[in-house]
Amino acid sequence: MTEIAKDRSMEIQKEMLADHYRRLEDAPKSGEPVVYTFVPGNLNELVRSFDALPVFPEINALQSAMRGKSAGYIATAEKAGHSEDVCSYVKCDVGMARSGNVGPTGTRLPRPDLLLLSYTGCYTFMKWFELLREEYDCPVVFVQVPYQGDGSITPGHRAYVARQIRETVIPALERLTGKPYDEGRLRESLARSARAEEDLVAVFESAMRRPSPIDAYFGAVYYVGPIFSAFRGTEEGAEYYRTLREEVEERARQGLGPSTPSGVLTRQKYRLVVEGPPNWTHFRDFWKLFSDEGAVVVASTYSKVGGTYDFGFRHDMEDPLGTLADYCGGCYTNIDLPGRVRMLADYVERYSADGFVIHSVKSCNSFSAGQLTILREVEKRTGVPGAFFESDLVDPRYFSPANLKNRLESYLQMIEARRGAAAR
Amino acid sequence: MKTFVGIDLGSTTTKAVVLDEEGAVLGRGITNSRSNYDLAAEVARTEAFVSARFSLLRAGVERAAGPAALDRLLRAFRLEQRLVQWARLRQWIEASAPRAAPASLQSALAATLEELFARLVAEEEERFRGDEAADRSDFFRDAAGSAYARVAQEIADPRGVTCDLLIGLYDHSIIAVENEPLDLGFPNHIRAALARCEGAPGVAEAAQAAASADLEIAASVGTGYGRARLPFPKEQIRSEILCHGLGAHAMFPATRTVLDIGGQDTKAIQVDGDGLVTSFQMNDRCAAGCGRYLGYIADEMNMGLHELGPLALESRAPVRINSTCTVFAGAELRERLSLGERREDILAGLHRAVILRAMSLVARSGGIADEFTFTGGVAKNPAAVLALRNLVAENYGERRINISADSIYTGALGAALFARRAA
Ligand code: SF4
Repeated sequence: MTEIAKDRSMEIQKEMLADHYRRLEDAPKSGEPVVYTFVPGNLNELVRSFDALPVFPEINALQSAMRGKSAGYIATAEKAGHSEDVCSYVKCDVGMARSGNVGPTGTRLPRPDLLLLSYTGCYTFMKWFELLREEYDCPVVFVQVPYQGDGSITPGHRAYVARQIRETVIPALERLTGKPYDEGRLRESLARSARAEEDLVAVFESAMRRPSPIDAYFGAVYYVGPIFSAFRGTEEGAEYYRTLREEVEERARQGLGPSTPSGVLTRQKYRLVVEGPPNWTHFRDFWKLFSDEGAVVVASTYSKVGGTYDFGFRHDMEDPLGTLADYCGGCYTNIDLPGRVRMLADYVERYSADGFVIHSVKSCNSFSAGQLTILREVEKRTGVPGAFFESDLVDPRYFSPANLKNRLESYLQMIEARRGAAAR
Repeated sequence: MKTFVGIDLGSTTTKAVVLDEEGAVLGRGITNSRSNYDLAAEVARTEAFVSARFSLLRAGVERAAGPAALDRLLRAFRLEQRLVQWARLRQWIEASAPRAAPASLQSALAATLEELFARLVAEEEERFRGDEAADRSDFFRDAAGSAYARVAQEIADPRGVTCDLLIGLYDHSIIAVENEPLDLGFPNHIRAALARCEGAPGVAEAAQAAASADLEIAASVGTGYGRARLPFPKEQIRSEILCHGLGAHAMFPATRTVLDIGGQDTKAIQVDGDGLVTSFQMNDRCAAGCGRYLGYIADEMNMGLHELGPLALESRAPVRINSTCTVFAGAELRERLSLGERREDILAGLHRAVILRAMSLVARSGGIADEFTFTGGVAKNPAAVLALRNLVAENYGERRINISADSIYTGALGAALFARRAA
C-alpha cells in the first residue's frame, strides 16, 4: 500500500520533469522563450507568468552527475582551460554545453534567450553567466542581492531588490516575450507557491516524529526538486506537494520510516542533522553509508538552499514584488554565519538529533567557508558532537568511499559509546 | 583464566593484545599485515598468546634461575619458531625448483639449496649460542630476506645456479609461507626450547604450568584499517578512533588529546576522563600528513625508514619545505639536494612538514589539552617527536607529552578493553 503511495509522488515528479525537458527541447520550434537562471533566489513565478521556460544549470549539473556523466563533462571543461579549482557545477555545465547540450533526460537543451541572475551571493554565478554569455551571445539581467550581513533582510534591502525587479527584470522579460507584465497572473502563481510551501513545511516537520517518516537530506533532495526549480507557482507543483504531504502523513500514521537504499528505514538508531550539499556522483552510495548504519537525517540546511520556509517565509500574493525580493535574499547561503549556527542548533534541538554532520564540498565556498567554526559553535551550544566530512559536488575524483565510511562509522560509534556512558 | 583479545588490523602491521580478567595486559603480538587478513590476525593473536604465556612463567623462571634464564628461554623459543619458518620456506622453494630451472641445472640447484639452508640454520643457531640480542624486531620476511640474499650471493655461481635464480625462488616462496598458517604457538615449541637451555630446577615446572594454563578467550574485538574484513560479527568491530582513544586513556589516564600518525592515516582525537571520544578529525583528501610520506622520502633518499629521524636530528639549520604534497615533496627534495643543501637539514624540514599537517588536524579537532599522547609508527621517529614538541610549545604552550614504548599497540589495547567491557 505504502509502496504504491510512495511511488506516486516519485512518478508524478518524474513525469513533470520529463514533460518540462520535452518542452524545452521543442522550444526552438514552439517559439517559447527560454530563460536560464539559478536555484537560489530564483524568480520562477515571474518568469513563468510571461510564459517563458526556465532552465537551471546547477540542476542539470547535479542530474548529470547522478547519471554518471559529470566526469566526462568536467574533463571537457578542463581541456577548454578551466582549472581544477573551479566550482565543479560550472565545469560540468560548460562541459555539457560543449558536448551538444544534451540534458540529463537525454533531450537537447535550447539556447538561452535571456540569462537571469537573481542571486549574487555567489560570485561564481556571475562568472558562470559571463561564460554562458560568451558562449551564446545573449542578454544578461543582473539583480544585486545584498547579503544578510546583520542577520536579516532590512526594509532597505527589500526595496532595493524590488526596485531592480520592477525596473530591470520585468522590462527585460517584456522585451523578451513581447507580453506585458500581468500582475494578476503573478499573484495567482504566488498563492500556489504559498500553498506548496505550506505542504513542504509539513513534510519537513514530520521528521520530528519517531520514527521519522522522511529522510530530510537524501530524501528531501527529491522533495525540494520541483519547488526549487521550474514548478514553484505552477498547478502541477501545487498538486505534487499536496500528494507528497498526504503520502508522508500516511507513512507517519503507519509508523513507517522512509524508503532508503537499505530498504524502509523504520528502525532508526541515529537521528542526524546535516549541513552542506550532498555529493551527487555517489549519491546513493553516500546515502547507503548512512542508512546501512540505521542513521536517518531529520533536518538539513541543503533542503533550504531555495528558501528557508520552515522559519516562516511564504510567498505573499498581496505584495508580489516585495515577496520576490525577500525570496531572493532569503536563501540559505545568503544567511550570515551566526544565523547558520542558530539554524543548525535549532534543528538539533527541535528535531531531537543525536548528532550533526557537516559535509564540506571542495567546490562551493558559499557553503564551505566557516564550516569548522560552525561545527565548534553548534557543538558548544547544543552539547551534541558534530562530524566533518569532505568530498565534492559533481567531481567524482573527490569522493573517497573508504574514508567516508570509516569516519561515519567512527562517528556513530562515538555517539553510541557516549549514549552508553550517559545511561550508566 | 578468562582473557580478552583486541586485534588491530593496520595497513602495514597487525597487532594483538591479550588482557587478563582485571584488564591488565598479559601479552602483545605483532606481525606484518598481508593480503590474507584472517591469517594476519591469527598470527598476531598467536604471538600475543605466546607473550601471555611467557608473562605467566616469568615470575617462576626468574625465581628459579634469574632473569638471564628467562631471556635465554625466550630466545630459544624464538629460535624454534624461526626453524619452523626456515624449514617451511625450504619446502616451498624445493617444490618450485623443478619449474624454475632447466633439468640440466636441477642437481646443482639441489646442492646449492642444501648448502644455503644449512648455512642459514647454522647462523640462527650460532646467534642463539652467541647470546646475541634475542628478539630482533624484524618480521621473518624482512630478517629472512636479507640473510637469504646475503648467503645466496656468496654461494651463487654466475654460470650455473645464479643469484637471480635463488632470489626469484625466495620471492615466490616467501609469499606462500606468509599466507599459510604455521604452528608457532607456545605449547608446540616450549619443550624444544627448554631442551636448549640447561635446565635450572624450577624452570621446566614454571614453563609446564604456563603451557597448561587455561587461557580461554572470553571476548574479542577487532579494529583498524582492515577491520571490516576480520571474521568477527559487526558488534565486535570498533572503529580505530574509539580504540585509540580508549587505549591511550588506559596507558595515560590523564590524556585528553591523542594524535596518531600511522602509515595511511592521521587521526586527532579528543577524549574525556573515561577515555570516551568526544571529537575527532582524520585526514581526508590527502595522505601528506601520514607515515607513508616519510616512507616515500626514505625511498627517495635510498635510506631505511628508521634512519631518517636520527639523521634529521643532526640538523643545525632546518630547511623550510613548502610542499605538503607527498609527490611534490620528493621533487623539492631532489631540487634542494641539487642546490647543495645538507641532507639532515632537508630531512628536518620534511619532518616538520609532516607534523605541521598533523597539527592542523589537531587544531580542527579542538586543539591540544593537557595531557597529550602521541601514538602510531611515527611516534618512534625522534625527529618527528622533536618537531611535534616544538610546534606544541609554540602553539599551545606547556603541555605534557606522553609517548609509550608500546604505543604501536594502542589501538589493539583499546579494542581489548572494549572486548572486556562487552563481556
Ligand atoms: S560555488 Fe557554490 S553557490 Fe556558487 S555556483 Fe558553485 S555550488 Fe553554487
